[in-house]
Amino acid sequence: MARVIGDVILDLQNISLSFGGVKALTNISFDVREGEIRAIIGPNGAGKSSMLNVINGVYHPQQGRIVFRGQERRRMNPHEAAAQGIARTFQNIALFKGMTVLDNIMTGRNLMMRRNFLWNALYWGPTRREEIAHRRRVEEIIDFLEIQNIRKTPVGRLPYGLQKRVELARALAAEPSLLLLDEPMAGMNVEEKQDMCRFILDVNEQLGTTIVLIEHDMGVVMDISDRVVVLDYGRKIGDGPPDEVRNDPVVIEAYLGGAAH
Amino acid sequence: MAEGAKPHAPAIIPGLETFPRLLRHHARVRADRPAIREKEYGIWQTYTWGECYAQVRALACGLAEAGFRRGDRLAIVGDNRPRLYLAVAAAQCLGGIPVLLYQDAIAEEMAYVLQDAEVKMAVVEDQEQVDKLLEILDRLPSLERIFYDDPRGMRHYTLPVLQGLDELLEAGRIHDRNQPHFVDEEIEKGASDDVSVMLYTSGTTGKPKGVCQTHRAFLFAGMGGVQFDRLTDDEEVLSYLPMAWVGDHLFSYAQAYAAGFTINCPESSETVMTDLREIGPTYYFAPPRVFENLRTQVWIRMEDAGRLKQAMFRHFMKVAERCGVQILEGRPVPLLQRLHYALGEILVYGPLRNVLGLSRLRVAYTAGAAIGPDLFRFYRSIGINLKQLYGQTETCAYVCLQPDGEVKLDSVGKPAPGVEVKIADNGEIRVRGPMLLKAYYKRPQDTAEAFDEEGYFMTGDAGFFDEDGHLKIIDRAKDVGRLQDGSMFAPNYIENKLKFFPLIKEAVAFGHDRPYVTAFINIDLEAVGNWAERRGLAYSGYTDLAQQPAVYDLIQQCVEQINEDLSHDPQMSGSQIRRFLILHKELDADDEELTRTRKVRRRFISEKYAVLVEALYAGKDSQYIETAVKYEDGRTGKIAAEVRIRDAKVFPPSPRSHA
Repeated sequence: MARVIGDVILDLQNISLSFGGVKALTNISFDVREGEIRAIIGPNGAGKSSMLNVINGVYHPQQGRIVFRGQERRRMNPHEAAAQGIARTFQNIALFKGMTVLDNIMTGRNLMMRRNFLWNALYWGPTRREEIAHRRRVEEIIDFLEIQNIRKTPVGRLPYGLQKRVELARALAAEPSLLLLDEPMAGMNVEEKQDMCRFILDVNEQLGTTIVLIEHDMGVVMDISDRVVVLDYGRKIGDGPPDEVRNDPVVIEAYLGGAAH
Repeated sequence: MAEGAKPHAPAIIPGLETFPRLLRHHARVRADRPAIREKEYGIWQTYTWGECYAQVRALACGLAEAGFRRGDRLAIVGDNRPRLYLAVAAAQCLGGIPVLLYQDAIAEEMAYVLQDAEVKMAVVEDQEQVDKLLEILDRLPSLERIFYDDPRGMRHYTLPVLQGLDELLEAGRIHDRNQPHFVDEEIEKGASDDVSVMLYTSGTTGKPKGVCQTHRAFLFAGMGGVQFDRLTDDEEVLSYLPMAWVGDHLFSYAQAYAAGFTINCPESSETVMTDLREIGPTYYFAPPRVFENLRTQVWIRMEDAGRLKQAMFRHFMKVAERCGVQILEGRPVPLLQRLHYALGEILVYGPLRNVLGLSRLRVAYTAGAAIGPDLFRFYRSIGINLKQLYGQTETCAYVCLQPDGEVKLDSVGKPAPGVEVKIADNGEIRVRGPMLLKAYYKRPQDTAEAFDEEGYFMTGDAGFFDEDGHLKIIDRAKDVGRLQDGSMFAPNYIENKLKFFPLIKEAVAFGHDRPYVTAFINIDLEAVGNWAERRGLAYSGYTDLAQQPAVYDLIQQCVEQINEDLSHDPQMSGSQIRRFLILHKELDADDEELTRTRKVRRRFISEKYAVLVEALYAGKDSQYIETAVKYEDGRTGKIAAEVRIRDAKVFPPSPRSHA
């Protein structure tokens, strides 16, 4: 494979997060390298989504350092994270149901629009050129994810699996360097999962996007990710390539144990 | 009862006897006119004839440099993409033979054709097709190179047999610049008797055979169609049917080159209906299935429409039924009805045609299977000049055409210009003319057996000419069987009648050497599902829905309606369906139950479901069956069900009462 895994771009050091007396994350450290697919797995309530929310700037950990692209991050808001090239999808789809697929994806370009409200209202000259350029980029994403046929369909009318794909499209519209996917395959059938897997691999290989994903389907995780972090009750209990994690007795005991004996 | 050749046989223009020469001609006389459009990134992109010719030259040079020689076979696989159409012309420039393959064929099926045709190189659309070829590469010793159109996902394929079409074009352009006479010399070497293309038969009977057609044959068929319907270089067609199908090669290639009109490639197979509306073709070809789907969609949408609209639609459809066809054909219609229809044109027919994307349509054709009389009348009554034609791969799909104003529901029209048609003593339709195949590839025996002693091609279809000289098709000659009591049994005829109901997707009739006729039925999941939804009928999937008693009641009505209809036909009254069942799974080409063109493989099905056939004749009420199914990704699974069997009412034979 010609994929290049580069240096560490995101380094999480000793992260602890609690809500009142509830400890969601305890002293977790791991890193993400440029160009890799990094999975976070763990049973329900293990703190996976909290971890994504920390990276994304939604939650602010009480302890620990986050270094993104060599810069230590202080308290950061989600929109600042987005401006730095971090985009995400959500466990429960967060699209504008009444808007078309195209318009939803266009919102992903929002941060890159230069013209202000007044210019947009006039829709003339440079504004128009800008809009056309953005639209072209969005069309490339539509082509990439093979959703041409639903371009003009309101999102609310689409089946779940396709909505997930639209959400991925919107995240890609922001041209992120780091993409966070929260259970991209939850609730999908086998065929939809296969499609989604292929799209995730394509995004990673062809756009060179670094991906951090949370997923419950172990087959999928082991197949597509380069390295896996295992969380259990807010603690890290395993970290490494899929094969290693799969054979780690602690992981088997804590997570896979119940199901796989 | 042979019909003689008509005086206006199409003439091929001297100097333009091959497709590459025609292309060069178009590039000179209409260089800036659009030849191919393709929707990409949401916008229609145009390639002019001049650009197409330049690309074809570059492609031809690139292929020649890669080692492609005269007589070599070039496989072409993919959806309708401009560069795949251009690859056809490029191979022809070099005197090579393009071999068109169905893009949805599984690797195994492709292996057979590629081996049989001894393909030297392949031009494929994308990664999906490349993967299939790589899977079978070790069994294809003759295959030297594979070129792919779409580089997406191909970055990590490092095999030396693979190369992008972009690189090939680039190399070709340099070659063309350095040796500007090369392509022209190659084009000059081509003759009209050279094989221009190889198309494979669908294999309804046995293994697919490679049909070698010459430039002369396809040009004759192309020119003939163009003259017959007075097509000009202003026509717009949508090219969305498989390139490997003779119909697409005739309409999107031979006729496009003959007339110099524009073909439009849809964005993807899912967007065809949207693309159709955007393009608004003036000339359109679709199998009955597509027209059926379109109408079903209209009906489903009408059921969701408001009361006023529904009432208006119903009212004006009745008006159209009364006089629409007569008006289309320019026959006399009372003034009042004419005015009524004109109002309907403003309120219903016009907008409806517009919604369907058929506003600009001058001529539409359907073929490949029988079309239901209701369906046919529906389109004609709303002002769409829908006609039928008849032909097969071996005849460039050019045997009979319905002339404007002489369109009958149950015939396929008159022999096309320059084509001779006769009916043999056994009822078989036989045809002769320049559009006949040169040979089946590497099958001299099959070739010899395909022609009778007078040089007529034996179509294998049974039919007859009616009093107006129109050809009527009954069934495949060899499929026409006899019931035990000796009466005629034409399974296709019965199946088609069943399939004309929107609720029934497929049907398979049995009866040869049996005491009576029985049938397997596949319901149309969309139509019946919609019906079930309206009635609040819960179901979990196809298998569940198919076995619901209410659905059986529904289908029983259809079957009995057909029985009633058959009882009026003296030859067919014995063929009424006594017992039927609804199959627990949809017949699928992946399970080899249908051909790729969606024709049922009756013998295969009767063997696979032998228990069900026996149960039908043993008088059982239901039968348990387990069936292996193949999923799209190649895995196999199992569907098990207790299939119900129903008796249907039969009617005593009675001559049709004319109301």
